[in-house]
Parts: sequence; C-alpha cells; structure tokens
Amino acid sequence: MSGHHSLSPFAALGRHATLLGTALFMLMPFIWMVSLSIKSPGEAFQARFALWPETFYGVENFAKALTSVPLARFMANGVFVAFAVLALQILVAAPCAYALAKLRFPGRDALFALVLIGLLIPQEVLGLPLFILFHLMGLLDTYAALILPFSVSPFAIFLFRQFFKSVPDDLIHAARLDGLSELAIVWRIMVPAAMPAIIAFAILSVISRWNNLFWPMIAVSSEELMPPSLGIVFFRDEEAGNDYGPLMAAATLVVAPLVIAFLAAQKRFIEGVTLSGLK
Amino acid sequence: MRLASLSMAGLDLRAGSVLGPARAEAVAGYGLAAPAFLLIVFLIFLPAFGVFVIAVTDWQFGARSLSFVGADNFVEMMDDATFRAAMFNTLLYVAVTVPATTMLGLGIALLIESGRSFRAFYRAAHFLPVMATLAAMAIAWEALLHPTIGLVNQLMGDLGLVRPNWLRDSALVLPTLMVIGIWQNLGLAMVLFLAGLKGIPRDLYEAADVDGADGWLDRLTTVTLPMLGPVSMFVSIIMALRAFEVFDTVRVLTQGGPGDASETLLHTLYVESFEFLRTGYGAAVTLVFLTIVVVLTLVQARVLDKRVHYT
Repeated sequence: MSGHHSLSPFAALGRHATLLGTALFMLMPFIWMVSLSIKSPGEAFQARFALWPETFYGVENFAKALTSVPLARFMANGVFVAFAVLALQILVAAPCAYALAKLRFPGRDALFALVLIGLLIPQEVLGLPLFILFHLMGLLDTYAALILPFSVSPFAIFLFRQFFKSVPDDLIHAARLDGLSELAIVWRIMVPAAMPAIIAFAILSVISRWNNLFWPMIAVSSEELMPPSLGIVFFRDEEAGNDYGPLMAAATLVVAPLVIAFLAAQKRFIEGVTLSGLK
Repeated sequence: MRLASLSMAGLDLRAGSVLGPARAEAVAGYGLAAPAFLLIVFLIFLPAFGVFVIAVTDWQFGARSLSFVGADNFVEMMDDATFRAAMFNTLLYVAVTVPATTMLGLGIALLIESGRSFRAFYRAAHFLPVMATLAAMAIAWEALLHPTIGLVNQLMGDLGLVRPNWLRDSALVLPTLMVIGIWQNLGLAMVLFLAGLKGIPRDLYEAADVDGADGWLDRLTTVTLPMLGPVSMFVSIIMALRAFEVFDTVRVLTQGGPGDASETLLHTLYVESFEFLRTGYGAAVTLVFLTIVVVLTLVQARVLDKRVHYT
C-alpha cells in the first residue's frame, strides 16, 4: 500500500483493468455530451452506437447554442457574479479574521462563537427568508440578489483566522513601528502570508457560485441575469426540445471553464474542493 | 489632527498614539470586525431566526394577513403524502449512496495508490464529476439515459435486454438518481481518502514488515484500514451532508416524479416555498432540513476533533 512494494504483473494488470473501467464510467456522460454536440440531428437520432459522427456538425450546433439563447451572456453573468462574490467575501472576511486572530477586544470570543454558529447554517435554509428580505428591499431579479447573500462567508473568516494566527506577532509589531495602519497590516502582511489558504478558498468559492442552481432559481427570473447553471436548464425547457446537438453544445460550454481550469491546476483545485469537507 | 482622527478610527496602533494601546487595539478590533458582524447578523442570523417565526404561522407569500398556528404546519407535514414520500426517498437515497460512495471512493483510492503508473490520470478522471456543473451534467445524463437513442439503452438493446425508461419508471427513477449521485461524489470521497493515505506514517508499514505482515492483504488489514478509520467516518458524514442536499438532479430530471417517486426533502422545500408560495409550511420543512444538517455537522465536528487528537 505504501508503494515501496511493487505489484506483481498480474496485480498491476488487475489494477489498470479496474481503474480504466471505473474511469470510463466517470467520463461517459462527458464523452456522450461532447459526442452529441458534434452530431447532426439525423445522426443523433439514429439508434446506432458511434462516438464520432460521419459528418462533423459541431460548428452548426455550437453556433445555434450561442444564438438561440444568450449563452454568452449566461457565461459572462457567471464570471461576473462569481468574482464579485469572491471579492466581497475576501474584503469582508480578512479584516474580521485578523481582528479575531490577533487583536484583543471585549466580545471577541462571542463574535467567534457567532462565526462558528454561522458555519452550521446551510445556504438552502436561508433561501426562504432571503427571498422575502430581497422581495421587501425590491432587489429580487437583480445582480444584487445573486451576489449579496454570499457576501459574508463564515467559513472564510474561520479559515483565514486559522492561518493568520500562525503569522508571528513580531512581524505585526515591526509593521506598526514602520507606521502601517491596522488595515494595511491586513492587506500587506496577513493576506500575503496566508496566500495558499486564500487561493484554496477562492477556488472553492468560484466553483460553488458557478455550479449553484438552488439560489439563482429563487433569486432571478429574467433571462439576461441568469448564470450558466440556470441558463442551461432554461435552454432545455424553453428552446431545445429534442434538438440534442445545440443543447449538448451549450452544456459542454457551461462545463468547460471549470474542467479546463481543473486540468490546468489539478493540485490546487483538489485542495480547494477538499477544504469544503473541513468546515 | 490626521494622526488623531486615524487613532479615533482605531486604525493606528503606533506607540504613542493618542489613545491608550489597549483601548486603541479594541477600537481597531471592532472597526475591522464590524462589516462582517453586521452582514452575519442581517444575512444569516436574522433570516434564520425568521424561519422559526414563519414556521409557526399560516402565512402565504403575498397574503396581507397571517395568524399564529402553533405546531399545525408540523402536524400537517406528518399527514402530507408528498412530504412523507420526500422524507422516505431522501433517507433511502442517503442510506444507499453514502456507503456506496464511501466504499467505492476508498477502493479507488487504494487501487490508485497501490501502483505508480497513471496515478494522475486516474485521479483526474474520477474527480472530474465533482467539478462539473451538475445542472449541465444532469442534462447530459438525460441524453445518456434517453429511452431510445441514449447510449445506455442502445447497449441494453444490443445485449438483448429490455430497454427501460430510466427516469419515467417509478420503480427505477430513484435508483437512477442514486447512481448519478454516486457518480458525482465518488471523486470527492476518493481525494479525501488519498489525503488520508498520505498521512499514514511509513514506519508503521516497516513495523508491520518486521512483524511478518508483509503481504498485500496483511498490510491492508493491519495498518491501512485501521489507520483510515477516523477518515472513513469523516468521509461518510461529508457524503451524508451532500446526499441530504440532493436537489439539482431531481429538479432538472424528474421534478420529483413520476408521482412522488423521486420527491426529496430539498425539492419539496423548494416547491412548497417558491412554487406554491406556502411560506409557513415551507419554513416548517426548512426547519426539518436544518435540524438534520446541524446534527450531522455537530457529529462531524466531534469526529474532526478526534482526528486532530490522533495525529
């Protein structure tokens, strides 16, 4: 198991056979999706097993996916919302985490307890009251409705606090003597020192926003505000019908950014996603 | 003047600032924590508190009046066939997918670690579904499971088997959603186990060697599995949390149907709260969901605590 005993040829063959089989199962929905995205309607409906089409129809399918619904707009919305949320989360969490990690003030432990209780409450529980709150504020069906509910992340505060605690106090005293304000210490000393945690959190946060379907279904109804997760479902329900080529082309485009980013930086992505288990 | 106003804002802790150092530190602490504190109160605590209040009323969204109904919503839930189906299906879904995902994740992690070749490829291939947008992949699964042109039924037909309508057959729909759920979360269980395997000290294997436990199976049962005990518990709870939250596949593929055959807790919560706009009842369902998640998370925190003490 530890790797210093190498497997017998027979065992090695069994290892590859099993893992290739399970990997094929894992990849099959992706393969079928991409395969349908480059087939013509005629070929898609032939009950014949083929992954690669006789005539390449990808250009037509992808063009139709991009023109029959504002798919590019969905994707742009996804990028905008994910990064706006991330920026707010770091802007709000880092100063608070620094105060919790390094400053002494009455009520600090109570504040930290509040953060820990916040960690317990899943987003889906807040769907109903936030729907009412945003309705009362007249903010339903706006970008604000997609962004603001995620602006404070108790998990980010908790995680950053852990990392900030390990920054030596001497570094902070030296920075104060150099004339840095407390806010400057947060951004110029603490955040750079905790960069690995911040990158891991950033990846987790962007993935969560891009993939989330529950809250966007509640928060927005206008086509031009939809993120990709909601947009692809809208496309299937309103436009595509049985036209599988363009629908699969659209699904491929929705999935592609995170898959490509993951393949480019596997280790960091796995770190980011496994963080979600630690909260 | 400028220095003084900065100190008042608590943002200057230089020696010799106008306020005493302890006082200035406290002011800085409040200033830095205030935005997060206010947002937690207004976006998490007050809304969560609101759910408790709404759950004891008969409020329907948009109605001008509401009245206190005590535990009526919870009593109604017990008699509501759809809610009972949702609860039963969700528990069944959790009971099947959690052990399956955990054990398959462990098996695949062990297989990947047992050799050197293609490790990165296998890890990436199994992890891909964790990353991919589930709403889009559900639509890909729908095409894969299409009764006539889907790959699955083409293969079933070639083998001379019946070609079921996976998502419209009330006996098959929940098992089909379970398979998709396992497919989606397997990779996460795998990477958590891979991390756990890396944490097993090498000397333990060497000690096992000295004790004569040098076969593959001996090493597995005397060192690897016992050392992975706490990790397995931890992985199971994460998988349970994710399984209780099953929503996207239900919403995109079945809307709980046919009948209530694939109704789940979070989907019922969604339909009652945002389609039927039965706000009071939706809040009561939300509290059931909250209770389950809080209990699981507290158990998880205890396990995580134990795991820290182990190492």
